[in-house]
Parts: sequence; structure tokens; C-alpha cells
Amino acid sequence: MSWLRPASDALWRHPRLLLALLLVPPVAWLGVVYLGSLFALLAQSFFSIDEFSGLIVHEFTLKTYRELLNPANLDIILRTVTMAAVVTVAAAVIAFPIAYYAARYARGPWKAVFYLGVMLPLWSSYLVKVYSWKLILAKEGILSWLFETLHLTWLLDAYLAIPVLGGNSLSVSWTGTFLVFLYVWLPFMVLPVQASLERVPLSVIEASGDLGAAPGQTFRHVILPLALPGVIAGSIFTFSLTLGDYIIPQIIGTSRLFIGQAVYSHQGTAGNIPLAAAFAVVPIVIMGLYLWAAKRKGAFDAL
Amino acid sequence: MSSDRASLGLKLAAAAGLLFMHLPLLLIFVYAFTTEEKSYQWPPPGFTLKWFAVTWNRPDVWEALSLSLRVAAISTLIAMVLGTLCAAAVSRSRFFGRETISLLVILPIALPGIITGIALRSAFNLAEIPFSFWTIVLGHATFCIVVVYNNAVARFRRTSASLIEASMDLGADSFQTFRHVILPNIATALLAGGMLAFALSFDEVIVTTFTAGQQATLPIWMLEELVRPRQRPVTNVVAMVVVLVTFLPILGAYYLTRGTESVAGQGK
Repeated sequence: MSWLRPASDALWRHPRLLLALLLVPPVAWLGVVYLGSLFALLAQSFFSIDEFSGLIVHEFTLKTYRELLNPANLDIILRTVTMAAVVTVAAAVIAFPIAYYAARYARGPWKAVFYLGVMLPLWSSYLVKVYSWKLILAKEGILSWLFETLHLTWLLDAYLAIPVLGGNSLSVSWTGTFLVFLYVWLPFMVLPVQASLERVPLSVIEASGDLGAAPGQTFRHVILPLALPGVIAGSIFTFSLTLGDYIIPQIIGTSRLFIGQAVYSHQGTAGNIPLAAAFAVVPIVIMGLYLWAAKRKGAFDAL
Repeated sequence: MSSDRASLGLKLAAAAGLLFMHLPLLLIFVYAFTTEEKSYQWPPPGFTLKWFAVTWNRPDVWEALSLSLRVAAISTLIAMVLGTLCAAAVSRSRFFGRETISLLVILPIALPGIITGIALRSAFNLAEIPFSFWTIVLGHATFCIVVVYNNAVARFRRTSASLIEASMDLGADSFQTFRHVILPNIATALLAGGMLAFALSFDEVIVTTFTAGQQATLPIWMLEELVRPRQRPVTNVVAMVVVLVTFLPILGAYYLTRGTESVAGQGK
């Protein structure tokens, strides 16, 4: 084709033209479709809803944000943030040994076992994972059976009697919600922690030992600080994903709402898009602050 | 302590962690064969294969599966084109706003899915676009771009610029260079990214609940079963099949990107 050659020459001579051609389609898609929708949503949080007609008043007001700060809604926000924080800490504690072993000791085929051992749960279906916990936590399910076989049913009952954590059964308790969140987001913590641990040079650990540090001291003063960016990177995922989820607490947990459920119910049956939008701003603001803090700690290099 | 031996405590903690990640999934496989149909009773009273036949003859499951596959295929295709273009631009040159572009690509997956979902839904409402197959695809393609982009960027970074220059010096034009030098170099990364994007779209539920009208993708079908269980045995079988189906692209992507840590054309 005769026009190909001049076109090719033009692209070679004008790298900016090539760059523009490459960038326009994706930026148009993300900029128009995605950012456009996002700003349209955020703009609606400054509208309010007429209490009598139930219609949206298209005037700038902060009324919806005042509503967001009433005690019932603050309670929802606080509950969600607490859950996100607890899930993040637990995920870090469980993920660390896996990541540490995979990064420092796993060799040859074990390396692949650990890699796929984290990747498969990470990528398997979110709903199937939630479903599996519905099976586990059900009253007639495997966990109750396990406690019964070990003659520990009294222990389970005693735990379920604890006011906030327990409930009628594990599948309608705060603990159940916590376990499912932890399970579903755990792989997102393992991978960045492992990546950061793999970058800790062995010589540094040996040097610490040579200088007289006990293994525990080496861990606390050398390995942990170097792995911290990875933990923070992982916590971005676990924290953000917990903040925005509305399916897990709906399926396993109490009737007390989380932010995601509040957004869902306000935009759906209630038709209160402004309040739903204002609720949606909460995770955006929290994650914005979180990302800003994480960036200062250098967490993005560990992603 | 010798530094090449893991302590017993560490081994146990790592093994327990891995078990915690896998036992629930294994349980799904057991439940697919149970004879109990009214509850989630453990241990299963008996084992049977009949639910596979029941599931096979369910048109609603087939429709949901077919919709999910079509949505995933088209979304992956769009994401592969847009993600590769973006990756090529970002890795080729440094320009003003480069960081912003990376952020823009990551944003749909960094923000909670519910925000992407509700934003798209209210935008469709404002623009009076009726919900359809294409509104689902629009949402899925948006958050799939990042997966392709990540894979492509990593590979572009490992592809030496001297290869491209050499191709040009030898008389190939930009298109020939793309066809014969760049594409073969990034092909496996694109394929891996595409597989992951496919798996991501196939499994997506949060954004889909907002962008689908009356249609049910497979995850939406499962969600309804989770909220109001009606046919537990069929759900058990579908869950098991979904686990098996998502494992294939993951294993595929793993084998395709294995051993690509070195830069192609590095020694030149």
C-alpha cells in the first residue's frame, strides 16, 4: 500500500503525533466515560432531595452532607472503617509468614506452589468464595460440626453470646462478616508483602546477624522496616475493598449497614441519589488521604 | 541460626495460611456431590452425580453463562486495544501528565466497585441510555483496561529500544516494525493480560448489578441464589464449575509470563 510508507515516515519524524495517536483512544474512553460519570455522580452529592415530593432539587446545597453527618449515618461510617481496619491488621498478620516463607525459603517447585497458591484464591470467583463461607458458617455446616465433634459446642455458644461480636449463629454475626472479608482480601495482602520482602538483600540480614543481633532483633529492626512499604501497599487493597463492599455484609452478617449497603439502598429503593452520592464520597476521601499517606511512605514502589 | 533454614513456627504459620486460603474452595467441590438439597448439612449424608444432569438441563444457567462469556469476550477485546495503546504511549516516552495517565488507568479498580457502578448508572440515567448488553460491556471494559495495561507496560519496559532502532535501520517502516518486532515481543504479555481481563470480567458482580438491566450474567445469577437460596444443589454445581473455569486462564497466564524477567535484546 502506497500511503503506508509516508505515514510511517511521518510517525517517525513526529514522535508527538504518534504519542497523540496512541493516547487519544484510551484517554477518551477513561476520561469521558469514566471520569465523566464520576464527576456527574459527585456533582449530585451537592443536590438535595425534597422531603415532601421525594424529587431531587437541582440546586447547590450542603444539606445532603449535613444529613450524612447525623448519628445514624456516622455510625455506619464508623462501623465500616473499624471493620476495614481490623480486616487489614488481621490480613497483614496472616499474610506475613506466607510472604516471608515464599520470598526467602521457597525454592524451585515450592516457589511455583506458593505463587499459584496465592494466585488461584486471588483470582477465583469472588461470589464462590463468599458462597463457600456461607456453607462453612451455616448452623448445620462444617464449623458447627467441628465444634460438636470436639465437644466444644459450649465454647462456640459462649463466643456467640458476646454482645457485638456474636449473634444467633456465626453466619449472622459480626465475626462471620469479618472472617469472610479477611478470607476474600487476604491474597491482595500477600502479593505486595512478598514483593517487598524479595527486595530485602540477604547480605543485609547476614550483616545484622554478624553485628550481633538476635533473629528477633533482626526481624524487628531490619526486615520489618524494609517490608513496611509492602504491608502498606497491601493495606491499600484490603482497606479500600472492605470500605466499598456491599455484598459480603448483605449475605453474611448482621442487619446493621455498611457504607456500601447504604449507597446501594439509597440509590435503589429510596431513590435518594444525592445521599447515595454523598456516601460514595466517604470512601473516596478516606482512600485519598490513605493513598497520600502511603505515597509518603514509598508504598507505591512495592506494588 | 543458619540463615537458609526456616524455623518450624514460620513453616507452620505459612502452611496454615495457605490452608486457610484453599480449604473453603475445596469444600465447594465436596458440596457439588451432596445428596442433601434443603440445607448446607455437613457431613453430606450421601454423594450423587444427579445434580450435574439437573444443572445441565437448566436453560437459565446456560443463558447466564452465555451472556457472561459474550460480555467477557467483547470487554477483553476493547480492554486489550485500549490498554496496549496506553502502555505503548506511557513506556515509549516521558511527557507531561504521564503520571496522571497511569493514575487514570488504575482509578477504576482502585476505587471501590460500588462507586464505579453507581457513577456509571447515574450517568446512563442522565444520558437516558437504556440498560443493555452494551452498558454491561462499557463498565467491564473500563476496569479491565488496567490488567492489560499492567502486563503490557511490564513487557514494554523489558523490550529493549535498540531492537526497534535496529529494525528501522534495516529498512522496516513503523508498521513492519510493529508487526514483526514489537508484536512478537509483547504477544505473550498481551495474551496473559487478556486472559486475566477475561477472568476479571467473567467474575465481576458489583459493577454489573448497577449496569445490567433485566439480564443476568452468571455472577448475578449466583448472587440471587446467595441472597435467596432456592436451588442449592444447582448453585453448588455452578460454583464448582466456575472455580474450575477461572483456574484455566490463571494457569495459562502464569505459564505465558513465566521466565520473562530478562530483557529481550538486552545483551546488544
